[in-house]
Amino acid sequence: MKRPYLLLRHRDIPDLNDLTVYRQNGGFEAFRKAVTSLQPQEVVEIVKASGLRGRGGAGFPTGLKWSFIDNKNWPHYVVANADESEPGTFKDREIMEGNPFQFLEGLMIASYAVQANVAYVYLRGEFWQLAHQLDRRIQQLHNAGLLGDRLFGTDYSLRIFTHLGAGAYICGEETALLESLEGKLGQPRLRPPFPPAVGLFGKPTIVNNVETLANVPLIIERGADWYRSFGTEKSPGVKIFCLSGRVNRPGNYELPLGTTFRELIFEHGKGILGGKQIKAIMAAGASSALIVADERALDTPMDYESVPALGAQLGSASIIVIDETVSMDWLIRKTIHFFQHESCGKCTPCREGTYWMKHIIDRIHRGQANQNDVELLYDVASQIRGKCLCALGEFSTEAVLSALERFPQDFAARVAQQEPAL
Amino acid sequence: MNHLREKYASEIEATLAKYPPDHKRAAAMPLLYLAQREYGYVTKQALIEISEILDVPPTEIGQLVGFYTLYYDEPGGKYRIQVCTDLPCALRGAEEFLEQLCENLGIQVGETTPDGLITVEKVMCLAGCDRAPLFQVQTAEGITYHENQSVESAMKLVRTWQSNP
Ligand SMILES: Cc1cc2nc3c(=O)[nH]c(=O)nc-3n(C[C@H](O)[C@H](O)[C@H](O)COP(=O)(O)O)c2cc1C
Ligand code: SF4
Ligand code: FES
Repeated sequence: MKRPYLLLRHRDIPDLNDLTVYRQNGGFEAFRKAVTSLQPQEVVEIVKASGLRGRGGAGFPTGLKWSFIDNKNWPHYVVANADESEPGTFKDREIMEGNPFQFLEGLMIASYAVQANVAYVYLRGEFWQLAHQLDRRIQQLHNAGLLGDRLFGTDYSLRIFTHLGAGAYICGEETALLESLEGKLGQPRLRPPFPPAVGLFGKPTIVNNVETLANVPLIIERGADWYRSFGTEKSPGVKIFCLSGRVNRPGNYELPLGTTFRELIFEHGKGILGGKQIKAIMAAGASSALIVADERALDTPMDYESVPALGAQLGSASIIVIDETVSMDWLIRKTIHFFQHESCGKCTPCREGTYWMKHIIDRIHRGQANQNDVELLYDVASQIRGKCLCALGEFSTEAVLSALERFPQDFAARVAQQEPAL
Repeated sequence: MNHLREKYASEIEATLAKYPPDHKRAAAMPLLYLAQREYGYVTKQALIEISEILDVPPTEIGQLVGFYTLYYDEPGGKYRIQVCTDLPCALRGAEEFLEQLCENLGIQVGETTPDGLITVEKVMCLAGCDRAPLFQVQTAEGITYHENQSVESAMKLVRTWQSNP
């Protein structure tokens, strides 16, 4: 029997993005329960016990993050990270289109848990239509008495506002996001302090990913033990895996954490386009190290512990499939161009390093390079690591270094075709 | 006189109300979108008007226009077709799609058609990688998505704009 969807519930229930339908299916009962019968601290404890980990990329335990909120400094804010810009990631968009109220309810419960009276949804600028839809839905919640003052006759009040970015990948990084929300350039902040101490407008702030928040109503409604019945011991719950690249059936697949790459790619994704041979996997979008797609890798469970054992990260679970027709010099040229374009320019190793990597890979691509350039590329990428203010710097090197280490033959073949540069 | 403030008084007030009164600057990005809607792009005059509304120096508002890719400081086509050619889409034919689209329109990437109607640009991931080829269309009004496209379907859309400019 097929397992019912937990996050992509709109695939089971038609018109779930209609408030009436959502409420007919138990919608906002978890929020009511939290506000009317649970202390904020109890909500935090339940989410802690569920083992839910952040779905935005870092996998940080959600309840633990909430417990870090500074209760000596007020007001508090909660910000939903709907920037979704990692190449290969398209899950938050489906949630917000198909099952928006479950996400909003999660945001509302999170706000109650840390006693925030204002929450923001920061959407990438490209989600302009989506932001307008959300605005209308937020208005419906006001009209229904689910947002506003003195909710359910208690002292608790809550308002939600959307805020549109304007095209900058770096604004997905939570401190750059907060800067952007304050009307500034989206450049990361020096940490510590972290947002739960000093966040939006200088106040304690919790930033959570859209998918993370969409899990919360179910956890409050059905309990931590129920949630832990999915997934693995250390990575409990379900995850939306975004499958893209050279597969027959790309798309979002909601599966328990710990599902193998093989099941995702070959059962759900129906294998490789044109019956070709799989060559590599990127598990965390363009920020991934390249995993050699051998039998062992294919049988690896996709969770926060097993993927690092392959020398890679699960990140936001954006699985890009690469087949034998793709040469790695072409591939890293795409990722390098991406990161060079998206570097915010605040620190030198990232700004200059991505510029030089672009210069070198373009030369390799134009057929004007030799083996020394390939080594130089490795060198430049290595130099970026460990010296940057935010993780984008490291991200820009992951595909490059792993391609050079794990697929040297692709580069050897490329420079062998060429005259040595003088 | 401040044209934006006069013409959009209530909208600006509603925008400012989203943020704490001592953090008006947070409204800079929504106001830049408003300016773009009104003037087609962010004009020098718009920078001054926004800076007056928010009490922020115009140069700082101008920096935002340079930093964020969806703001423009010069006019472009009425419709900006922004094709994603990032890695996942490129693995599914997006680069060929872009090339053929440009050929059909008779322009290069980054250029505008002589009638000023269409600019073609290539952009990074749009969070629709399972529906490549895809593009968004940005106008002064806002942004719409067009997914699972072919050159034929894209040109059909273009013809509806041409016949109704
Ligand atoms: C360069 C960069 C880009 C990021 N982009 C996103 C993003 O688009 N969406 C997101 O939720 N988190 C993104 N993150 C992670 C956030 O910084 C943060 O960890 C996350 O929003 C926290 O929420 P979570 O704990 O619910 O995952 C990004 C991080 C970095 C370094
Ligand atoms: S690592 Fe890159 S993106 Fe991050 S702060 Fe430094 S320059 Fe900006
Ligand atoms: S790579 Fe094109 S939408 Fe993601």
